[in-house]
Formats: sequence, structure tokens, C-alpha cells
Amino acid sequence: MARAVVSVPATAKRGEVIEIRTLVQHAMETGFRRTQLGELIPRDIIRSFVCAYNGEEIFRADFHPAIAANPLLVFSTVASASGTFEFKWAGDKGFSLTESAKITVT
Amino acid sequence: MTTRRRFLAATAGLAGGIGFAVAPRRADATLAAMDEAVRKVTGTALVRKGRVKLDVPPLIDNGNSIPLSVVVESPMTATNHVKAIHVFAERNPLPNILSVQLTPRSGRARVATRVRLADTGTVLAIAQMSDGSFWSDSTHIVVTLSACLEEALI
Repeated sequence: MARAVVSVPATAKRGEVIEIRTLVQHAMETGFRRTQLGELIPRDIIRSFVCAYNGEEIFRADFHPAIAANPLLVFSTVASASGTFEFKWAGDKGFSLTESAKITVT
Repeated sequence: MTTRRRFLAATAGLAGGIGFAVAPRRADATLAAMDEAVRKVTGTALVRKGRVKLDVPPLIDNGNSIPLSVVVESPMTATNHVKAIHVFAERNPLPNILSVQLTPRSGRARVATRVRLADTGTVLAIAQMSDGSFWSDSTHIVVTLSACLEEALI
């Protein structure tokens, strides 16, 4: 079962730039490797990541096979209002994972 | 009469010749793939050096997990911000590494992740600004143990 860890500060001042860190458990099989019998291992990666802040999309990323296993992604946003962050990953073989985090803005 | 010394010298020269003939062709193929991937992003626009800072260690033991970060100088306002950041590696079987899309709400144009590199070569980061201009930074990186292409133990 895939797991995701997100790190968002619990509180922030309005207008402050906050750093968001996300980590997902995923092998990110490149599709270029072969088994010892010479068969190509099919590609199985996370393709996209979207972060929404109170329903509005603020960040989007497209992953390629060159992203290391268990993708880490660090990005930032401006703390504008209290609310929730929605994180969504989607990939090959129907991979889909969502996670959320709350923030209180003073 | 062919002496042992002459024979060895001749075969060494031949082997060297073959190596030279093959290696550049492979390099050209990966460079062409990289050019194509970059052009898909930038179109015909001019890509200038500067404003972008790509941070990767210059010498890497294990190409499977390399910390990489990109910072772009930008005020990140509604009229002047970074729209997208793209990262490429010239020696990877697929040159694309990562593409991210930013908005003025990002506050700061910085993104960090961990990547794989297949071979020693150049890594390139390109930032697309809201005014349509492109800025870039590149670093040459030495990789000791390659990622992506090794035999899997299954």
C-alpha cells in the first residue's frame, strides 16, 4: 500500500512564504531496466502531482522516469488564508493517492 | 615480418579507432534527443543564461538518488513570475527529468527533489517566465555509478 508523508507548517503569518515537503512511497520503475533473463521491466511511475490550496491549484509537477524512487518534492507557497491543502498523485497502473493537511493563518 | 611488438601496436590502434568511431555517434544521439526535448518546451524562443540557479553536487557516487534544487530569481507577482521550471539531463535515456508549473501564489520560485542520472554529463534547468522569456543554468556532473540501466535483481 502506497503511503505519502506531507509536511506543512501548522501555523503561519498571513503573507509568509511557507515551504511544503512531500514524500511518497513508490518504486518509480524506469522502464529501461531488464531482469537477469533479459526481459524489459515495464515502466511504472508516478506521472503527475497537483497541490490545491483551499480548492485552487497552486502547484503542478510532471514526473519522468529520472525521478528517484520514493519521490520527494519541496516547493513553496504564500500563506493567504486558513484552510486545507489537497495533494494528489497519479501514475501508471491506475496509481492514485490523495493526502491533505491543515494550516492556520494568523 | 610482423613482430609481436608491431602486431600489438597495430591492434591497439585499431581498437582505439573503433572506440572513437562508436562513442561520438552515441553521444550525438543523446544530445539530439536532449535538443528535441528542450525545443518541445521552448519552441523557437531564445534561451538565455542567468536568473536560474541549479544546485546539484558536482561529483556523485550513486546515480540513483541525487539531491537537486532549482531557484529562479523572480519577484513572483501577478505580472512578473515564473510560469514553469524544466530540468533535463543530456545522458539519460529519456532527457526529461521534471517539469513543474508555478503560479504567483508560489511566493518563491524554488523546487527541490531527488533525481536519477545515467551517466556523466550536463544537467540543464530552464525557467519560463510570465513574459515568455526563457532563462537557463547548466552544470557538468560526474557520475560514478549509473542509474536506470543496471540489471535488476529479480
